[in-house]
Formats: sequence, structure tokens, C-alpha cells
Amino acid sequence: MLNHEAYLIEDLLKPDKAPTRDGYGKGLVALGEKDDRVVVLCADLAESTRSHWFKEKFPERYIELGVAEQNMATIAAGLANYGKIPFISSYAVFSPGRNNEQIRTTISLNNLPVKIAGAHAGISVGPDGATHQALEDIALMRVQPNMTVIVPCDDVETQKATIASVDQCSGPVYIRFGREKSPVFTTEETPFEIGKAITLRIGKDITIVGCGMLLYNALVAAEELSKEGIEATVINSHTVKPLDITTILNSVKETNAVVTVEEHQVNGGLGSAVSEMLAQHFPAPMEFIGVHDRFGESGEPDELIEHFRMGVKDIKAAVLRIMKRKL
Amino acid sequence: MSHYIHDDKVKELEELANKIRQSLIEELVEAKSGHTAGPLDMADIFTALYFHILNHDPKNPFWPDRDRLILSNGHICPIRYATMAHAGYFPLEELKTLRKFGTRLQGHPERERLPGIETTSGPLGSGLGQAAGIAYGARMDNKKFRVYCAMSDAEHQAGNLWESAMFAGNNKLSNLTGIIDRNNIQINGMTENVMPLEPLKAKYEAFNWHVLEVDGHNIEEFVDAVEEAKAIYEKPTVIIAHTIAGKGVSEIEYDFNWHGKPPKPVEGTKFLNELRTLGGKIKSEHE
Repeated sequence: MLNHEAYLIEDLLKPDKAPTRDGYGKGLVALGEKDDRVVVLCADLAESTRSHWFKEKFPERYIELGVAEQNMATIAAGLANYGKIPFISSYAVFSPGRNNEQIRTTISLNNLPVKIAGAHAGISVGPDGATHQALEDIALMRVQPNMTVIVPCDDVETQKATIASVDQCSGPVYIRFGREKSPVFTTEETPFEIGKAITLRIGKDITIVGCGMLLYNALVAAEELSKEGIEATVINSHTVKPLDITTILNSVKETNAVVTVEEHQVNGGLGSAVSEMLAQHFPAPMEFIGVHDRFGESGEPDELIEHFRMGVKDIKAAVLRIMKRKL
Repeated sequence: MSHYIHDDKVKELEELANKIRQSLIEELVEAKSGHTAGPLDMADIFTALYFHILNHDPKNPFWPDRDRLILSNGHICPIRYATMAHAGYFPLEELKTLRKFGTRLQGHPERERLPGIETTSGPLGSGLGQAAGIAYGARMDNKKFRVYCAMSDAEHQAGNLWESAMFAGNNKLSNLTGIIDRNNIQINGMTENVMPLEPLKAKYEAFNWHVLEVDGHNIEEFVDAVEEAKAIYEKPTVIIAHTIAGKGVSEIEYDFNWHGKPPKPVEGTKFLNELRTLGGKIKSEHE
């Protein structure tokens, strides 16, 4: 059953849709209003990343970099070094992709409060194809000390994550979000605390741990499985790092089986983080929903999600496979 | 004659630079690894910065209104450490810990370990962006302090640096002064053989910078250039300081093989003697 303390929308199967990047834009404006240290940098993608909403409101605190993501990271490090709180906005393939070393040295090792917004992440970028579908950014950011990694699941949560990246975290943060409209299934009342996973659904048979937009598919899969007599716990692990060990571990100790769900390479992402943790504390059978060591390609988002086996039926199939392994 | 620095002060700084070079050699011999040529040739400029140019307080390294000195080519940090120790940031004795386990004087400098170091650096081409970011932020708040960024010549082969140069030129960051150690060497040989940088002046001018060229071992010329940079209001300024790699130790001068290795103890003794006797011109107190 759904966890009423997660305050999800009333009819899970009839959500409104909005792009998670909208949440980023709204979060920036909210931050801009209450904290004048906040500045927003963008590398020629103001509209796509929604940083133009901040630009319209606070033009004097918006800094244009042009197509120069490496420089964007170093300029932001300088601004943060001085005392500002910079957000750097681009596509995830470029930031933290292209500028990874600059982030490592000038932001993470310097331990400065630069907030990195990776837009257009995941296969659901769609027609742009493999070059623009970031599938390795969580892995890139997760291995850097001092870095917090957040993958919000919908528009509402992205807004909360953007604000929390300043209010709840004094160091560098990576926030990942997508391009397409996706179901908005959390509400203003849904709690959000960095490092604290949210149990969206409670079941005794299997633990599904997910992050990002695919969590909606996980919830739909769990509801359908319920009709077949399998009750799944669904955990929104929006913070991939630091991982909420307690919440995940407590659930897995009860269910003894895990499926992880993410729009990312299964190498190095949330699934890896969960399996590393469980290998140490409570080894349990696992299945990984995500992209399996391949690049993406052009296509419609839904089509690609199906093709790369991240759809509702694929999550259900993974659960059924693992239920057999459990027995 | 300079309007900005008195002859007596120049003389005093030259003598101090010699002492700092001696501390540098001692530091490197003790560390058993590290870079020698670049740090030696920047001794005069770092001395001028810390003892004449920078508005700073060694006892209060986080003073918000201090001038910022960003060292982009982090591998020459031994000269910064030696100069900072002489300026009173930490005891001279601590120089002996360079590159050793538990030290604040990391092989490449780290912001969180040593107060006053400003930024973590080593990977080349990323200092100018950080300096420009600080300068941009300071200007947003009408802060009057200045930002200096010391760079190597060869790191101008890195794209990130030119992205930052474009940004600083476009934003007319006149509170930013770049300083290039134009010693013509890099690990693989002479810069103009590895990947030519010239015409360096014209490149910066094309990026909307004011460019000055000085003899990097002439403290008076360098101080004058820094003062001229302060008077330029529409552009950032870069000072191309022509230096002799390894300046001060004849065996090291002009030799790119000394880019990335330290003197052995026996070499160290010889080099220290050369520095103490000003190349044999005066009698050394301790042979």
C-alpha cells in the first residue's frame, strides 16, 4: 500500500505532467528572492535549463559563459571562493561530463558551495541521440569526495532539491534532471531532506529502490504486482550520495530482495551504490533496471525507455525474476 | 627611475629574493621531489608581490578585503611556500615538511590545508577562471581588492585558460591582473618546440586584454607594470614576465631538465653556496 506519510497525489494513475527542469527554474527564482548570494551561470542553454527564469528576475546575478563548460566550473569556483553561491547550468553530458576535472579540482577538492545542475540527463532526452543522453553523470559525481548527488523524481521534488541544495548543504552538490514532461506524483506535502530516502509504498515481498523520473514506473509496476499478490516497498532514494543506508537496509532486511531503478548506466549509478552498501551490510539478491553498458540512440522517449528495458513491464519482470531467486 | 618603488626598497627586495631562493633550495633538497626551475625563476616576482604589492595580512589570512593571489601552475608552490614563510604566514621551519605525510605544504597546494593559499591548483589552465570568478564576484559587491593570477607560459596550451581569458576580456575585469612566467620551458622541452605560444602578446590583445612585457627579474619594472595595470579601467591586464628558467643557480638556468626534479643534497650545497656568495662575488660565511 502507498505510504500515506509520503503524501503522494490522490490518483496515482492520473498525474499531471511537467518537466523536472521546470522545478529547477522555479527553485532558482525562489532562492534568488531570499538569498542574494545566489548567482546563476549558464553555458548558452538558458532556456533549456530554465535558468532564463532566474535571468529575467535577477539579470544582474545571471552570468553568461557561452559554450565553455570548463570555464563555467572554474568561474563558479572563483565566485564561491569569494562568497557567492553559484549554480552552474548545462546539459549533464557537458557538465559534469566535459568539465569533470575542473569540477574535481576547483570545486570538490576546494570544497566550495557550487551547485551543479545537469539537465537533459537520461535516455529520455530522446531524438537528440547518444551524444546528448547523459548516462554516466551519477557515476562521475558519486566518486568525488565532498560532493552530494541528488536525482529528484519530478517537477515538485526538483524544486525542493534545488532549494535544499543551498539550505541543507554547505558544500558542492550535483542535481540531475531531465528534459521531457514526466508525471508529477509527489506533492508540496511530501517530505524532502537531503540524505533521507522516502518510502513511497510499503510491501513485504520486495524492495524497489529508485531515483529520478523512472520512480513513477516503479510505483505503477508495484501497484500492478499488488494485484498479482506481490507487495513491493518502493523507496525514493533521491539522494544517491550520501545514501540513506538505514531506510534501505531496514526494508531489505524484511524483504530480502532488491530491484534498483534508474535512467543511467547500471555501472556506477544508484544500483551500484545500493549493491556496494548491501554487500557490506546485508547481501541480498538484486536486479538492476537501467542501461546496461550501451550508448543511447535517437527515438521518442517512451520508445527508448521500452527499448532499453526500463518500462513498467520490465520492472515487473525483474521483480518476478528476483522472487524466484528468493525462493 | 620608478615612481612606485624606491631604489633602496628594490635593493632590499633583491636581497630578500636571494634569501628566499636559498630557503627554496633547502626546502626542495629536504623534500626529495618537486620542481626547481619555475620556482627559482619566480622568486623575484613572489618577493615583490608579498613584500611590496599585495595588500595582505599574514596574521589574518582570511581578511575579506585582502588582495587575492591565485597560483594557477600549482607545481611551483615551493616558491610560494618559501615566500609566505618569510612573510610570516608560518614558521620557516615548516618548509622542511614540504611533500611529507601530514604536511600543510602539499606537493600541489590545497586551499583547505594551508590558510592563505587561496585555491587548490596543479591541473593546469584552471587558475585564471577562478581568479576571474573572484574578480567578478568582488566587482558585483563593489569590493576594492585586486586579484592576481600567476600562470606558467606552457599552461597557455590549455583550452580552459583561453575560455577564461575570453570571459575576463568580455567582462572588462580590470580588477584582475595576470602574471605569466615566460621562461620558455616545459617538461618535454622548449615551449616553442613543443607547441608554440607566440605571438602571446597579440593573442591576449585579441582577447581584449591590456598587455605589458617586463623583465621578470627586474623588480622595479615589475612593480611599475603592476601599478600601470591598476590604472587600466576598461580591461584586465596581463604582465608577460620574461624570466630565465632556474634563475639564480647557473647550473639550472635555461635547462628544461630541471623543470620537475629537485637538487640532490650535494647539488643543494653547491647551489646554496652560489646563492650565498652571489655567484662567487662575495665570500660565503659558511662553505
